[in-house]
Amino acid sequence: MSRIQTRFAQLHADNRRALIPFITAGDPNPEVTVALMHALVAGGADVIELGVPFSDPMADGPVIQRASERALKHGVTLGNVLDMVAEFRRDNSETPVILMGYLNPIEVMGYERFAMAGRSAGVDGALIVDMPPEEAGDFAELLRAHDMDQVFLLAPTTSDVRIKRICSTASGFIYYVSLKGVTGSDQLDLEDVAAHVAQIRACTQLPVGVGFGIKDADMAARVAAFSDAVVVGSALVERIAACGDEPERMTATASAFMQDLRTAMDAA
Amino acid sequence: MSANPTAVANTGAPVLPDALGHFGIYGGRFVSETLMGPLEELQQAYERYLKDPDFHAELDYELKHFVGRPSPLYHAKRWSEKLGGAQIYLKREDLNHTGAHKVNNTVGQALLAYRMGKKRVIAETGAGQHGVASATIAARYGMECVVYMGSEDVKRQSINVYRMRLLGAEVVPVEAGSKTLKDALNEAMRDWVTNVDTTFYIIGTVAGPHPYPAMVRDFQAVIGRETREQSLEQFGRLPDVLVACVGGGSNAIGMFHPFLQDEGVRIIGVEAGGEGVASGHHAAPLAAGRPGVLHGNRTYLMEDENGQIIDTHSISAGLDYPGVGPEHAWLKDSGRAEYVTADDDEALAAFHTLTRTEGIMPALETAHALAHAAKLAPTMDRDQVIVVNLSGRGDKDIHTVAAREGIRF
Repeated sequence: MSRIQTRFAQLHADNRRALIPFITAGDPNPEVTVALMHALVAGGADVIELGVPFSDPMADGPVIQRASERALKHGVTLGNVLDMVAEFRRDNSETPVILMGYLNPIEVMGYERFAMAGRSAGVDGALIVDMPPEEAGDFAELLRAHDMDQVFLLAPTTSDVRIKRICSTASGFIYYVSLKGVTGSDQLDLEDVAAHVAQIRACTQLPVGVGFGIKDADMAARVAAFSDAVVVGSALVERIAACGDEPERMTATASAFMQDLRTAMDAA
Repeated sequence: MSANPTAVANTGAPVLPDALGHFGIYGGRFVSETLMGPLEELQQAYERYLKDPDFHAELDYELKHFVGRPSPLYHAKRWSEKLGGAQIYLKREDLNHTGAHKVNNTVGQALLAYRMGKKRVIAETGAGQHGVASATIAARYGMECVVYMGSEDVKRQSINVYRMRLLGAEVVPVEAGSKTLKDALNEAMRDWVTNVDTTFYIIGTVAGPHPYPAMVRDFQAVIGRETREQSLEQFGRLPDVLVACVGGGSNAIGMFHPFLQDEGVRIIGVEAGGEGVASGHHAAPLAAGRPGVLHGNRTYLMEDENGQIIDTHSISAGLDYPGVGPEHAWLKDSGRAEYVTADDDEALAAFHTLTRTEGIMPALETAHALAHAAKLAPTMDRDQVIVVNLSGRGDKDIHTVAAREGIRF
């Protein structure tokens, strides 16, 4: 079993939902990223989504755009991000790490090279925002051959036919984008989200995670009530960005925020 | 004379793009899942109205009475004489309402938006020409209009910003990234994904996810179709060479597309060489970039060795874009079209020459095409013909030209 499968199976057995924090690798500087990842796990994160910075993050709101810009000021590359994962893996062999980003840096590295480098670094999956199944070709198979999953998004605008088609080829878990908008938006309609998650569940046995616009413990708990995983990105990145240049404050803040979310989700 | 994507099919050549929007390895639909449904809806609507005679009748009416088409094909006799070689003809898109070719496309997309029941349109703009054309057509149809424009471009093109506001559009300066056209496009995409139920995104060039590159091409192809007819009328045959400037590449593809099957017609796109391709400060992805994925399609890009998009430079805001329409990428690889560059100084020189010699002040974008024509014409015979797409007029650029020459108003 892959790390992702193992983790979700164990959560399922414990009747708990996965907490998936998102941070951008290299934000606010490359030195703090691995420490932040460990702090997130210490605070109760089950899976880590690590953003690969990109110059033109079309699907992201201002918070994650700025995170990308900060990381790129330090010249952070996809290769650097893979090194960070490898470093994280020296002390953590259990927590799944999923890279989230845009296609172009992977195009430049080359799909085959990315798959090999990803596996050897200990990456468990890739969520490539601007690579829908139609454009993925056999990329998902290539990743699977290297023990990684390509995580696909489903959205409020995804038709029934598409939901079925994407579910039939997906692996790892399904990521449901909870609103029409960019990351960090402010317009979550929980009833609508719950209905969509139910519809997706009817099509797949895979865990269904929900992200975009989940800002606090209360909302995380409410989403955890009907999903398998809660993704929190902008709200976390914003808290870390407010910590100035103090790495200890960043890790403490990240960890404390995870504990808040964890407590609320486990009580739900 | 309206959009007809089957024109190529009649010649037996492959119809591009394919059903998923690919021109060879280029094009496609590289967007987040949220936009896949809306793009499918747009494609279906577009395909439906392409077959709808009422749509075509209205489009033709608007192009004739609102835009002022057909635009003249003008023999630049004095300039040709001065250059001492081929005869240069100018396709006068600068005479269109709003002063550039951009309006051909905004009229088409606005008619589509109207039929799709979208009451709000958004657009990105660089030089402001597409923003003005979008604001104009929104005023014409009583639609709400929001235009995204990089804050650098807002400074460079203050007159066009004011024009858009006079037309009732909201102009939103974009502070992200390099604060130019590419960032405006990112921001427009973010607006669209957020307001997709009510909003139609009028993309201004032949880039973006499928069906935009094909749709914008079809709306702009009126340029090339008219040029064909006018060439036969005026000099009894097709031109020897077509020249057009290429940023995203909509005026160029509009001119080129109806001639792609005519092997005797040489096709040349001119990118912005900026301070010279060797300097690295340019906007010439076809000349000096490599294939990658940006803004929903695979195409030639200006990027660093890690796949980050790099800042571009051109004296003309409208060419200051790190990508190019995917069909141009395909035409380059297939060898059907040639792509060259003209740098800032060459474009400025051509701007002045045409203004003084023919009494036509071209846009700085267009001046890049003119600069190449000026190089090419003397190498050709006097009975040969070059058609340059005079894609826009230069009034919007007089501040840039003046500043370059140290003149302050």
